[in-house]
Amino acid sequence: MAAGGQRARLRPLDGGGGARPRSGQEAAVPQGTEAPWRLPGELPAPAGPTLSELFAASPRDGGWAGLLLGQLVPERPLLWVQDRMAILESGRIYPPGLGLSELIHVEVRDARDALWAMEEGLRCSALSAVVGELWGDPQALDFTATRRLAVAAERHGVAAFLIRLGGHANLSGARMRWRVASAPSLPHPLNPRAPGPAAWEAELFRARGFAPGRWRVGDEPAQGGETVKGAENRRDLAAAAGDRTLAAAGGRS
Amino acid sequence: MALVVEEAHGQRIAAATEAAQLLGARPGMRLTDARALDPGLQVVVADPAGDAALLERLARWASRWSPLVEIDGADGLRLDASGAAHLFGGENGLIADIQRRLSSLGLSSRVAIACTPGAAWALAHHGASAAQSCPVDATAARLAPLPVAALRLPPEVTRTLERLGLKRIGTLAGVERRPLARRFREADNPLDALDRMLGRKAEPLTAIPDDPPPRALLRLAEPVSDPAAAPQALDLLVPGLVKQLEARKLGARRLLLAGYRVDGEVAVAVAATALATREAKHLHRLLADKAGTLDPGFGFDGFALEAAWCEPLGAGQDGLIGGPPPALEVARLVDRLSVKLGPERVRRPQPRASHLPERASGWRPALEPAAECMAPPPTAPRPPRMLDRPEAIAVIYATPEGLPRRFVWRRAVHDVTRAEGPERIAPEWWRERSTARLRDYYRVEDREGRRYWIYREGLHGDGRGGDPVWYLHGLFG
Repeated sequence: MAAGGQRARLRPLDGGGGARPRSGQEAAVPQGTEAPWRLPGELPAPAGPTLSELFAASPRDGGWAGLLLGQLVPERPLLWVQDRMAILESGRIYPPGLGLSELIHVEVRDARDALWAMEEGLRCSALSAVVGELWGDPQALDFTATRRLAVAAERHGVAAFLIRLGGHANLSGARMRWRVASAPSLPHPLNPRAPGPAAWEAELFRARGFAPGRWRVGDEPAQGGETVKGAENRRDLAAAAGDRTLAAAGGRS
Repeated sequence: MALVVEEAHGQRIAAATEAAQLLGARPGMRLTDARALDPGLQVVVADPAGDAALLERLARWASRWSPLVEIDGADGLRLDASGAAHLFGGENGLIADIQRRLSSLGLSSRVAIACTPGAAWALAHHGASAAQSCPVDATAARLAPLPVAALRLPPEVTRTLERLGLKRIGTLAGVERRPLARRFREADNPLDALDRMLGRKAEPLTAIPDDPPPRALLRLAEPVSDPAAAPQALDLLVPGLVKQLEARKLGARRLLLAGYRVDGEVAVAVAATALATREAKHLHRLLADKAGTLDPGFGFDGFALEAAWCEPLGAGQDGLIGGPPPALEVARLVDRLSVKLGPERVRRPQPRASHLPERASGWRPALEPAAECMAPPPTAPRPPRMLDRPEAIAVIYATPEGLPRRFVWRRAVHDVTRAEGPERIAPEWWRERSTARLRDYYRVEDREGRRYWIYREGLHGDGRGGDPVWYLHGLFG
């Protein structure tokens, strides 16, 4: 997908908004059944900036980055902290592919420095968000450390995203905990052999105020949006719902 | 018109215009005497301090002609023109340039170039013409007709010489040296002054010093070896430094905290800032951690906090709703991160003019300003993550230039279900060796939906190595 495409106009992939998972009726989809489709903007989201934890399904899967980028504000500065192992194992961030206007990248040796840098960043309310990538299950990352991050994020109004690569879901103070994997992409509008708009499988396994659930999330780039509208290659697409923008979808919910 | 200064015995003329001098007013004359000669004389009170400030400004400005400029008396500048005159078309060219620029400032000037400072001063003050350059071998001849006042001796010595009948420098040169030397004290000896003028004795220039950087000092009565002393000293030093920075309208970019040890060593802690700042709290916070790690050795007996690199900074205003502006807040965050983690670990993207993906997007320390760059916008999607070094993968693909079908990366097999490409990126032949091979980039997706950016380096039979090699370079989101 293009650099600017991640935050482009998004359209629902199913008939409509449906019920929010707040009611709990979609909770705990049993394994093996098809999870319902969602847009990134329609996933359960906290009321204000707080700490969310994202577990990559596998260190060699970069899919979580696409889902995360859709939730960031590209116009404001962003602090991105990566520890050494995360850079070695799943790569360093590449600014042309991120489409962010102002970015500060911090490379740290270990989790202790990463947590310190994240907390420093959260105290700076001019930032839009702080993203920290940690490898494995470091000793320094315990309940107290995550709780500190969550409190700092809420007090200063800066969203924090803790990315866990190859780690286990231990005790954590994060308000929302996700597990994200790549899913086979949507059909490309012009070339059936090419990867199309990205799709992900997102599982909310622990959250405060939300029932857990699993969703398949689809993204749609802006280019070619007119040409595929109402086309038969978009399955489950209701024609009437096709013109809604993300803002409209967000305002309705 | 005349400028007057107030003295014990009434007003005395300090300087007079040419028109006033024609009517009898002379510098050094009593104002009443001059008024007697010319009742219409207009008088303005002189401002010596203002003159001195103007002269100092002029001296800094005069460094355009020579790096070594010295303020000479109340109305003169001395420039070391050796090695600098040819830049302005020789000595005469330099004189013409100086006169033209000074007159465009509204100042009248007398300029002379000679082989010694004394001779140049004598020719400028007492020479026949307003501008002259004096060759080395003609110095004695040119100086001979000048009055002994040109030797720049105290007035009473000059008067003594004149009473002795030695009115011109030329006559002085002919007198026996020893009796003359006996008559005058060492400092007042006219022969010494003459020797200096003719270059027989050294008379070095002392240039105006550059602005010393703002610096706060703390001297301790007793040496202290407590490591906590340095942070405490910092508490005392920061307000003093901030006061100096405020007075000079500067903001610090680099700070040095030096602890002077009794054994003659100096322990130094350094901190840099992304934006010029003089906020005491922020400066203190930057250095507080490092100050605690200074090694006291046998004890510190003094501390100095210096703003080694400053930038002009006017008075700033916080936002109406309180708190500093966002750019300042981000800059302070960068400072704090850089001090603790090292400036090379806190970085911002720096685009570069290149088509090679790893070269097109570099990094620069966040403390440094961005370099201008006309980077070509990428024509195809780029992944949000890239491996620092592309990793070699084993690929099954439709030879010679077909789409990849399956690849092994880090000992795991990935079946390619969909692929798009190639995006061909040619080597930058003006930068790389002739054996560099082109790259064909593919976006591939495996059975689980993971999207990668892989490339094949080289073509079959391109004569730049054996079979093409495949690499995995980036991970799509």
